[in-house]
Amino acid sequence: MQQVYLDNAATTALKPAVLQAMLPYLQELYGNASSVYQLAQTSKRAIEAARESMASLLHADSKEIYFTASGTEADNWALKGLAIANQDKGKHIITSSIEHHAILHSAHYLESQGFEVTYLPVDEFGLVRSSDLQASMRADTILVSLMWANNEVGTIQPIAELAKITKDHGAIFHTDSVQAIGNLDVDLSIVPVDALSLSAHKFHGPKGVGALFLRSGVKIDSFLHGGSQERDLRAGTENVAGIVGMAKALELALADLPEKTKSTQALRDQLIKEAMALDPRIKLNGHPLKRLPGNVNLSFPGFAGDVLLMSLDMQGIAASSGSACSALSVEPSHVLLAMGLSRELAKSTLRFSLSEDNSQADIDHLLTVLRRLLGKDQS
Amino acid sequence: MKKKVMVGMSGGVDSSVAAALLLEQGYEVVGVTMQIWQDDKKDEAGSCCSLSAVDDARRVANKLGIPYYVLNFKEIFDQKVIEYFTNEYLRGKTPNPCIACNRYIKFDEFLKKAREMGMDYVATGHYATVVQEGGRYLLKRSASLAKDQTYPLYNLNQDQLAHTLFPLAPYEKSAVREMAKNLGLGVASKPDSQDICFVVHHDYSAFIEERTGIKVEPGNFIDQTGKIMGRHKGLYHYTIGQRKGLGIATGKPVFVSKIDVERNEVVLGEESDILSTSLIAGDLNFIAVDELREPVQASVKIRYGSREATALIEPLGEDQVKVNFQEPQRAVTAGQSVVFYQGDVVLGGGIIQ
Repeated sequence: MQQVYLDNAATTALKPAVLQAMLPYLQELYGNASSVYQLAQTSKRAIEAARESMASLLHADSKEIYFTASGTEADNWALKGLAIANQDKGKHIITSSIEHHAILHSAHYLESQGFEVTYLPVDEFGLVRSSDLQASMRADTILVSLMWANNEVGTIQPIAELAKITKDHGAIFHTDSVQAIGNLDVDLSIVPVDALSLSAHKFHGPKGVGALFLRSGVKIDSFLHGGSQERDLRAGTENVAGIVGMAKALELALADLPEKTKSTQALRDQLIKEAMALDPRIKLNGHPLKRLPGNVNLSFPGFAGDVLLMSLDMQGIAASSGSACSALSVEPSHVLLAMGLSRELAKSTLRFSLSEDNSQADIDHLLTVLRRLLGKDQS
Repeated sequence: MKKKVMVGMSGGVDSSVAAALLLEQGYEVVGVTMQIWQDDKKDEAGSCCSLSAVDDARRVANKLGIPYYVLNFKEIFDQKVIEYFTNEYLRGKTPNPCIACNRYIKFDEFLKKAREMGMDYVATGHYATVVQEGGRYLLKRSASLAKDQTYPLYNLNQDQLAHTLFPLAPYEKSAVREMAKNLGLGVASKPDSQDICFVVHHDYSAFIEERTGIKVEPGNFIDQTGKIMGRHKGLYHYTIGQRKGLGIATGKPVFVSKIDVERNEVVLGEESDILSTSLIAGDLNFIAVDELREPVQASVKIRYGSREATALIEPLGEDQVKVNFQEPQRAVTAGQSVVFYQGDVVLGGGIIQ
């Protein structure tokens, strides 16, 4: 059976060149970067080279890159660490209702610890309105966290504008950029964000490694206590192979980014157009233009999302009905509900997320199977 | 082409072996756990929807090499089963939520989903038999009379029976455990599930309080003449015919004979006060016949565990029958189901009014 992978927002395939870069550090170069001898120094050098490479790709300073074990850790660290370190200035935090659960659940935790959190609504396209942010800023607002691009509907926020509003009020701006990094050209010398989370496995790097960008001068508390790794802010023996792999993956992701974006977008737009032509009731969720190059999020009124998802799986097609993170079965997506979709329509929704790995043949196969599942097969 | 069947897997021995048997019989099998209930605070091993139950079911599916999914039925379960369960209790009745679950979830919503996925059948690990005879699908007792689970399945209609497989029909539980062991399924020695899956520690009162926000108030025990005999802990702790746990000492056995919601009273009586010669049942379903036009004799079961009693079943007009027992029966309880058998065949059943 033809296997088609269309869940690149959940995770991506590791690039062979990334694996090659990692292998020495999983085999002969196993030194602990904190030790004294040559084998250890090799590991240390590899980590610092990766840090410099990533900093330069993101137009940041290498001192501003901290390695973590995941995007979720980076989000948790940013939210809790920034809130705690800056609580002398106030205890009000602003985020949005469409954030990833790594942010939302961290925000709920902070609420339980005496912080006050405002959850900004979004418009029908999933965009945060800058006027809402403006109106929610208070004298005691210390932190704003808004995602760069949404994992479910692919909507890209006007991050520079939102960050500027936050900075003008003297608060710290964090962005969960797990979906953006590797897919969008991010220049941290221009966009005034203070903190940014990213995750390697979303751009063809390994799982179990991520990073937090933290602009020089921004105060943060430690999250993992122990050794003095990561400038004494994030303890734990470094995942050398993972860090090396992440830097390599980012380098490869950003090479020829405009060309890759163009071809992925072309497939995305073709899929949207042809899928919607199958039935006039099919609806595209998210913004038509301010959208991740690989994101397709469609509602199929009258069809159960879980049934479509399983039927696609049995035809070898991997897709998603929202985010992959709920414990057991599929729940109606909080993002779609926040955008104003009914529970019913939210449960009829599928996400296909493309990457540079996908081909015309993948999209053709998906459309053939969809046509059959939706009962539109005339042959 | 192989027939496709979606088997409901709870992570227990029965549904695991059911899936294995279907595979052996040449079906294309897809395993599904119906997630109907999840209370993170009470995620105990053994409750049917706990994370550990899903882990068990997934492990079995992996072992069998079949596709496995978890489907979300929480909203409809809440609406059709839990809501019904609490409403019935609030009305002073004693509902059987497993019957509602079979009726609205396992053999209705689940079957619908299976059909949408192009399946030919659904299957479960129930001990019951479906046969086709004389143009009708009949529900018959399983070979294991001790495990027979036809009682909670009396609501199945012809269409559902035509698309349902019960692979455990010919087996005894001991044989099923043996098969599970031989197949190397880790669940072989898992205990049988007990009680209602969404109520923990049999505490219906606490559940109803938490669910509805209605405080369960203590009230009076009274005797048949209205004399106060003591205090009860709240109506939902009691059921008709109950003798134990009343905390009343009169020198002779006393039983709950009535639950009075209006007055928040539990009426106690002697054994003779809880004997009935007949009952009225409604919300009927007939399997072996389209409808009942004439009185028939049958053997009836008035609750899951009860012994069968001979009775004459008399149609009373629209969706109602009168059941006249040959011998008076103890503790006929409103809200429970009465199921009619003729030999091994389930004639039908209804809810006691």
